[in-house]
Amino acid sequence: MSFQPVKFYQTGTFTVGNRLLEPDQRSVQANMERTNSLNSGHRACQGCGEALGARYAIDAAMHATNNQLIAANATGCLEVFSTPYPETSWQVPWIHSLFGNAAAVATGIAAAIKVKRLKGETKEDVRVVAQGGDGGTTDIGFGCLSGMFERNDDVLYICYDNGGYMNTGVQRSSATPPAARTATTMPVGAEPGNPFGQGKFVPSIAMAHEIPYVATATVADLRDLEHKVKKAMTFRGARYIHILVPCPLGWGSPSGDTIKLSRLAKETGLFPVFEAQYGEITGSAKIREPLPVEEYLRPQKRYAHLFGKKPAYETIVRLQALADRNIRRYSLLDKEAN
Amino acid sequence: MNKPFAITLDPGSSLANHTGSWRTERPVYVDRLPPCNNQCPAGEDIQGWLFHAESGNYEAAWRHLTTHNPFPAIMGRVCYHTCEGACNRGKLDAAVGINSVERFLGDEAIKQKWQFDRPAAESGKHVLVIGAGPSGMSAAYHLRRLGHQVTVVEAGPLVGGMMRYGIPKYRLPREVLDAEMQRIVNMGVRVVLDTKIENVLDTMKEGSYDAAFLAVGAHIGKRTAISDGEGPRVFDAISVLRGLENGEKIPLGRRIAVYGGGNTAIDVARTVRRLGAEPIIIYRRTQDKMPAHAFEIEEALQEGVTIKCLSTIKQTDPKGIVIEKVQADSRGSLHPTGEYETLEVDSVVLALGQNVDLGALKGVPDIELNDGVVKVDANMMTGHAGLFAGGDMVPTDRNVTVAVGHGKKAARNIDAWLRGTTYAAPEKHQIATFERLNTWYYSDAPKTVRPMLDVIRRQSTFDEVQGGLDETNALFEARRCLSCGNCFECDNCYGVCPDNAVIKLGPGKRFQFNYDYCKGCGLCVAECPCGAINMVPENI
Amino acid sequence: MLKQMEGSQAVAEAIALCRPEVICAYPISPQTHIVEGLGEMVKGGELPECEFINVESEFAAMSVAIGSSAAGARTYTATAAQGLLFMVEAVYNASGLGLPIVMTVANRAIGAPINIWNDHSDSISQRDSGWIQLFAETNQEAVDLHIQAFKLAEELSLPVMVCMDGFILTHAYERVDIPSKEQVDAFLPKYEPRQVLDPNDPVSIGAMVGPEAFTEVRYLEHQKQMQALELIPEIAAEFKAGFQRDSGGLVRGYCLEDADTVVVAMGSVLGTIKDTIDEMRDAGVKIGVLGVISFRPFPLEAVRAALKNAKRVVVVEKTFAVGIGGILATDIRTAMDGIAIRDYTVVAGLGGRPITRKSLREVFNKATFDELPALTFLDLDWAIVNKQLARERAKRRSGPTAENILRDVGDHVAQHS
Repeated sequence: MSFQPVKFYQTGTFTVGNRLLEPDQRSVQANMERTNSLNSGHRACQGCGEALGARYAIDAAMHATNNQLIAANATGCLEVFSTPYPETSWQVPWIHSLFGNAAAVATGIAAAIKVKRLKGETKEDVRVVAQGGDGGTTDIGFGCLSGMFERNDDVLYICYDNGGYMNTGVQRSSATPPAARTATTMPVGAEPGNPFGQGKFVPSIAMAHEIPYVATATVADLRDLEHKVKKAMTFRGARYIHILVPCPLGWGSPSGDTIKLSRLAKETGLFPVFEAQYGEITGSAKIREPLPVEEYLRPQKRYAHLFGKKPAYETIVRLQALADRNIRRYSLLDKEAN
Repeated sequence: MNKPFAITLDPGSSLANHTGSWRTERPVYVDRLPPCNNQCPAGEDIQGWLFHAESGNYEAAWRHLTTHNPFPAIMGRVCYHTCEGACNRGKLDAAVGINSVERFLGDEAIKQKWQFDRPAAESGKHVLVIGAGPSGMSAAYHLRRLGHQVTVVEAGPLVGGMMRYGIPKYRLPREVLDAEMQRIVNMGVRVVLDTKIENVLDTMKEGSYDAAFLAVGAHIGKRTAISDGEGPRVFDAISVLRGLENGEKIPLGRRIAVYGGGNTAIDVARTVRRLGAEPIIIYRRTQDKMPAHAFEIEEALQEGVTIKCLSTIKQTDPKGIVIEKVQADSRGSLHPTGEYETLEVDSVVLALGQNVDLGALKGVPDIELNDGVVKVDANMMTGHAGLFAGGDMVPTDRNVTVAVGHGKKAARNIDAWLRGTTYAAPEKHQIATFERLNTWYYSDAPKTVRPMLDVIRRQSTFDEVQGGLDETNALFEARRCLSCGNCFECDNCYGVCPDNAVIKLGPGKRFQFNYDYCKGCGLCVAECPCGAINMVPENI
Repeated sequence: MLKQMEGSQAVAEAIALCRPEVICAYPISPQTHIVEGLGEMVKGGELPECEFINVESEFAAMSVAIGSSAAGARTYTATAAQGLLFMVEAVYNASGLGLPIVMTVANRAIGAPINIWNDHSDSISQRDSGWIQLFAETNQEAVDLHIQAFKLAEELSLPVMVCMDGFILTHAYERVDIPSKEQVDAFLPKYEPRQVLDPNDPVSIGAMVGPEAFTEVRYLEHQKQMQALELIPEIAAEFKAGFQRDSGGLVRGYCLEDADTVVVAMGSVLGTIKDTIDEMRDAGVKIGVLGVISFRPFPLEAVRAALKNAKRVVVVEKTFAVGIGGILATDIRTAMDGIAIRDYTVVAGLGGRPITRKSLREVFNKATFDELPALTFLDLDWAIVNKQLARERAKRRSGPTAENILRDVGDHVAQHS
């Protein structure tokens, strides 16, 4: 992958900060002056991956744009927990319109900025991000998202994927992984949990639009995430970053496990971390310690039905096969490959 | 702007919502005791000085190190670094080369001529230290730091004690020893050489000393009756080493039997090997039972020392020595076999341990002896008030590091005693166990191996066998430290908090929780690499 | 400048004169010619300081408009019928957020059955959406209302829908006086947003509001429309001063002074009604007409004032509320509260059915004798309706209504040719 971690032996670049790095090599999150774009006092659940991912991403975008940033937000957890009247947690100019239109609203903002600059009413190169959960991105907002992509509007869209409609009480979305329990895919019947063979992986669809930049990331690897947000900001046109954000509520995991689970999703290969430009993969984050999918599945109650008295070996094998496919498809173990 | 009511809000205004009230558990920063520190007989804050070394601030590292132990260059050569055995990194890949970094710092200090600060204020008290070995000089150093006037009285012609007379120069070059000793003298410690104290109480009275620390070591070689006057000459190891150190010619001959399996036996064998002799170590148990450190045995074998195990010397005879084979049973007990052989040797060096010269304590009341050594209480004080003792002359493991630790401990207790109080050591933190670490965050980095002197040169010269690390290597090695149980400012807690409830206080100042917003999710605890955060229940 | 031109083209030119900054639209008949015209102007460089965005749906069109308006750009879009319904969620959102977007609705019937011709069912369905709705009688008025709409919208920070009858106006070639750039610039100031997304002064727009403030937010929205009742006539007066033309305002009467019977209607049908009234006046009938220009806010006072001397009112409307009847009529009744006036509702012109003077005169005459039923469907073919009703009574699975009727109409035509 094009991102070169700094060679440093104590903690390398795995930790958020590193007092021994040169200031320009340090992460945005390590900075005492970081924006805290999503301020304290928001009402996200304990250990919320989305709250964390949003601050990581938007702070990085703020850093990359010299604080000249506007954000459009889809309806969902992030919107609800951040802006209940009379308080907002956002420190960036921010708008929430609807569940399914964040990409289009962002297009409108970008168009307005373009005209304002053309007219000389502003000198600043204000950039636009749109953000939403997986429901607002892969389902209800998908039309607007695809439209924004194909027009190559100058918008960075960030999807915080927690694999379901958590805000409404954990229902299935098209990003819910197979076998996962949700309120609408209960672990009952012949095929307990979310069926195999359904769902969509929007990063691949984004690539099919041949937009300048597509990337996936997790909240477990901050530096990789920041690198991708900053890199995205070096492109003009439509860009898409898909961030895996564990949801303690929906996944049935301890609030302190949020980062661990992100890490396991990547290390098992179930969530491929990669980047692509103009429709072609340019690199993937390699697995550091290959692990079986059980390591990722077992701590989550949404998969508890796989590990009952009679473990669902066949299902686990099918999930392992998905991980293996990712490992192959994205060269996750091949350190020589991109 | 004239904002529309309710739908448009001022930025960051959620600060009014104190989500800390959701919390049922709270994270708290703790310092845990790294296993290396816990293990160190000299009580060094190893993690603490590695922290400075990691950033390349070697002087700060050295100064931090020497608050506990004034001899890093010596330690870096002769300490058996049991810290490394305890090092949590050993469970990950290989233990941090603590000893080699320590040596680098010590050598760097000598190179840069760093000196200790003199005390800011004088206490007006005067302490007598008897013996200029590691324990005595360590005590002198710490007492001086505490503002006391110190006089060290040494029976021998040079300072260093066992460091000079027990440790061969191929392990501890004398210029290193001298440099670290001189630095203590430079603090204003008075050293009186070639002076044997006949009676400590008299000396104290004459010199108006307020307290005394006895650290005369154990310099009398133990002997066993194997010779009837015929055949090879019998020496004791400590006399041999001392004699050679002082440049004496000792008629050892070519073939030398060294009797014993400890480090001193190895030291003698390796020393005489360098003088062209053919030493053979006679040991009554199996080689794996030898008390000498495995690496020393290994190095001795490399250099051409022969080891004969499961053998005892019955007696000398005109040709050499008579050896009886010994058998060990399954439980490890030894049984003589009655099988004998004769080994042609020119001399025998007995390395069977050392006794303490208790002459200075003759007639001192309330001194209690036990098995030839002086009993001390938990505060290193003998039965006689004001009279403290440490090092090899008290019941202990006999090595330099332990002795240095005794010196420090004694100094602290003497200081308290002089002030009419009792030294209370700060309570030890809980041990930072491997299980509490989140080792994901540490880069993979194998241990750096120190260069070894070529074996041919080792057989013929007293050049130092083990080399040091250069700066790059030392830095690398220091940075392998996991900082077990102690914040090393990696910013993880600051970064991973979804509620921005960690306040970064700035370089060297660590972090603080903002309990107004901390929801108690525990992410900071889970993602702290070094296990320096605890979750504790809230009182609800 | 007087021009003979298509209504859509005239509106496009009017919009261009308003210096829009962002235009986004999705094609739907009969709105297409307006946005085609604008698209060409932007692409051709006639509107160099404007972004034209071809969106993927009407939902996206209104969403893009929300974004650009919130970022401080003067924003325009246009739609009709199904398109308006497809963007409904965003329509409500735009007004809820108080964004001064101007949208043309080229009025067209809502299906099923699918129908591309004119009636008012699309705009009227958005009656409660919080948008200001202005109905143009002529293409000239459509041009003028758009110019006024930007001023009104931006003054109040509310979106405005300018409704013009599809095909009847949008595709009609008429003489239109297109104002000059200078005239429009003098009339319409630069857009000064009430709230704007600005990195140098960040705000959060679109907060979640709970029961503690939701009523107040809604009331304030209502209050703004009440302000519009004051502002619309003022703007019309200002417009007249600048352009020497009566256009806009809340309502416009014709032959009302001594009228016993007052017809009320909106949009282009007013022209036909006026012709009918002229004929009836010639025959000595005391009849007049009140055109409602501002449907939202609804000018209760102005309507009441205009109707207070009448004996009866006939509301002609191009849509109706299925299950009850007139929609405009209901609002008119609210305006007449406490005044003893008989009222009749005539539902006319649905799905593009021509409204003829003959048919109008027939119902108006009946009304003057108070012989008109309370609810009349103009030119309803009872034979067809009854036939279908009979069919449905006879057979549960009697087939699709629209197709049956088409077949009947075909038979009817065959018999009479």
